[in-house]
Amino acid sequence: MATEPVSLQIYLACGTLLFVMGLHALVVRRHLLLKILAINIMGSGIFMVLLGVAAGGDGGVDPVPHALVITGIVVALSATAVALVLMLRVKAATGLARLPRSGPED
Amino acid sequence: MPEEITTWFLIGFDALLVLTLLGVAWRLLAGGDLFRSVVLFIAFGLLLSLAWVRLSAPDVALAEAAIGAGVTGALLLVALGRLRRLETRVFGGGKKR
Amino acid sequence: MIRHRSAPALVPLMSLALAGLLLVAVLDLPSQPGLVEPVAGAMDRAGVDHPVTAVLLNFRAYDTFLELAVLLLAVLAVWSLGRRDPIPARPVQGPVLHGTLRHLIPVAVVTGGYLVWVGSSDSGGAFQGGAVLGAAGVMLMLSRPRELPMLPAPLQHLGLALGVCVFLAVGTAGLLAGHGFMGYPPAWAYPLILGIELVAALSIALTLVLLFLGGRHGH
Repeated sequence: MATEPVSLQIYLACGTLLFVMGLHALVVRRHLLLKILAINIMGSGIFMVLLGVAAGGDGGVDPVPHALVITGIVVALSATAVALVLMLRVKAATGLARLPRSGPED
Repeated sequence: MPEEITTWFLIGFDALLVLTLLGVAWRLLAGGDLFRSVVLFIAFGLLLSLAWVRLSAPDVALAEAAIGAGVTGALLLVALGRLRRLETRVFGGGKKR
Repeated sequence: MIRHRSAPALVPLMSLALAGLLLVAVLDLPSQPGLVEPVAGAMDRAGVDHPVTAVLLNFRAYDTFLELAVLLLAVLAVWSLGRRDPIPARPVQGPVLHGTLRHLIPVAVVTGGYLVWVGSSDSGGAFQGGAVLGAAGVMLMLSRPRELPMLPAPLQHLGLALGVCVFLAVGTAGLLAGHGFMGYPPAWAYPLILGIELVAALSIALTLVLLFLGGRHGH
């Protein structure tokens, strides 16, 4: 079942907005767990744009982006696992799992 | 005629799904309670696998439901538990290391 | 530093501007045929009927091999960052938990095995199957009775590396047999892909369980 062109545009826009939302939260949020979640949301947005482009091609659904996204999901999981352990190490070393409000020079 | 209704129904479903995805992402990134953010992230992963089905990518939907929502959710929850325990160890009870 | 303090006010504006620019760019992408034709043209040599599995395990097997290596590297990174903590919360032991597990674990094992096997002809594959097996393993770890021994460390190490090693061995064999690195002889493609997927799924499942436990095993 092919996806309607209007729906494709909806998903492409949603992927873009998810990416920007994640990027914004990555900059604004200070807690490291929220930063990790924000990077994951950014990744999901990119996956959505990729799959939207794959579903909207001329010759039908393109399997190569699907393989790319499956690889991406697994790599995102690996990165998340390492980031979470790093966050716990930061917490154990400094007592805080969030970044300070301002830089040391301020 | 029924085909047209189906098309409009699907477009409506897509719009609803996308709005839900954006809303859930916004709420979980807005912060507040970390546990709520993690649970919303798991819900986000499950909704996302619905979106992958709609984008005719069932393989990715399976991977997202199993890995993105399931395993990542378990990792996040166990990390949150360990974070909370570090919190009580460092700040509560006065037994600092 | 005035510039430093006024920067946060600019962040939402810059995010909105970026969103606008990206939306204009993404919604105006030209339609293109992509790689549908090349993949469809090579499917008779793929050894499997499902295009996504053919791309993952045959045409771009190198990427999938490196993906397994990334998973292995993630475990090594987690292990190098400290020892294994006990899991913070465990479910209450009792007849309901054990009865549920007794039904759920076999179902998960069959589902995972089916997903790996069906990957050659329909949606599924090593990562999906491995994730289901891994979820069953996580459930077992969460609720196992304390007297049940953990998998011995040498077996853990072997299981983690097995997927990458078998993949590398098959890839090198392909190179020596003249099919190029990560190439298979077409007649042997199906059994080789299925074998790699089975071993990879087991490795992935063990990797996910060990990532969940976190940290190097004690002592």
